[in-house]
Amino acid sequence: MPEVIGTFLNMPLGPLPLADWISWVCIVIGAFFAIVGALGIVRLPDVFSRMHGAGIIDTMGIMMILTGLMFQADDWIVVVKLTLILLFIFFTSPTTTFALARAAIYGGVNPGPTVEELDEARQAQNKKANKEADPSNT
Amino acid sequence: MTVTMFAVAAIAVLVSMLLSMTRAFVGPTVFDRILAVNATGTLTVVLISVYGFLDGRPEFLDIALLYALINFIGTIAVTKYVKFQDLGHPMDGPDKGDV
Repeated sequence: MPEVIGTFLNMPLGPLPLADWISWVCIVIGAFFAIVGALGIVRLPDVFSRMHGAGIIDTMGIMMILTGLMFQADDWIVVVKLTLILLFIFFTSPTTTFALARAAIYGGVNPGPTVEELDEARQAQNKKANKEADPSNT
Repeated sequence: MTVTMFAVAAIAVLVSMLLSMTRAFVGPTVFDRILAVNATGTLTVVLISVYGFLDGRPEFLDIALLYALINFIGTIAVTKYVKFQDLGHPMDGPDKGDV
């Protein structure tokens, strides 16, 4: 079975073998998302939205680049090691984000209004607008 | 041709590491800095792997795996320290004693 996969991946397709095409696609997508996530970390307004950028780096950027590297491996142990790194990042990235969000809330960072608070604010504004439109009704 | 591929990946990772490090330097709260340093550490894992492939020595993946482990433990430790001022087992109160 590994020989079949090897010959399939070495099948020439234009100027490059098939494995190189897959690697190029994965690495270019991963590079794009890594830079986009880093821009998100720089540009977004507060900690909780910056975590979104970190999540983009961890999921799309890093996982795509490591998947692209997998197709360039000469040995199966390299693929196994890359899969281990992928699995580890897959589980630790949400854990870290969770711990950090909890620490930020505990440390007094304002996460913005909740849905209920926004709803109350909108109702109060509507009441005020009605009162101004029809002062005799109250 | 494969060298170009790895160079593209390395340059993209370096650029995003640079952007994350600017957030780690300017970030207003300590949590921004922790987040940025964690992102930089995760990108370092990829940079080590890509360098291993670029150099033709995929044994660097062992170092990358170790770096991922240390990065995770370090981030959790710093987060816990910032939150509780303690790395031990503060069991008083419902909100203490975990990550």
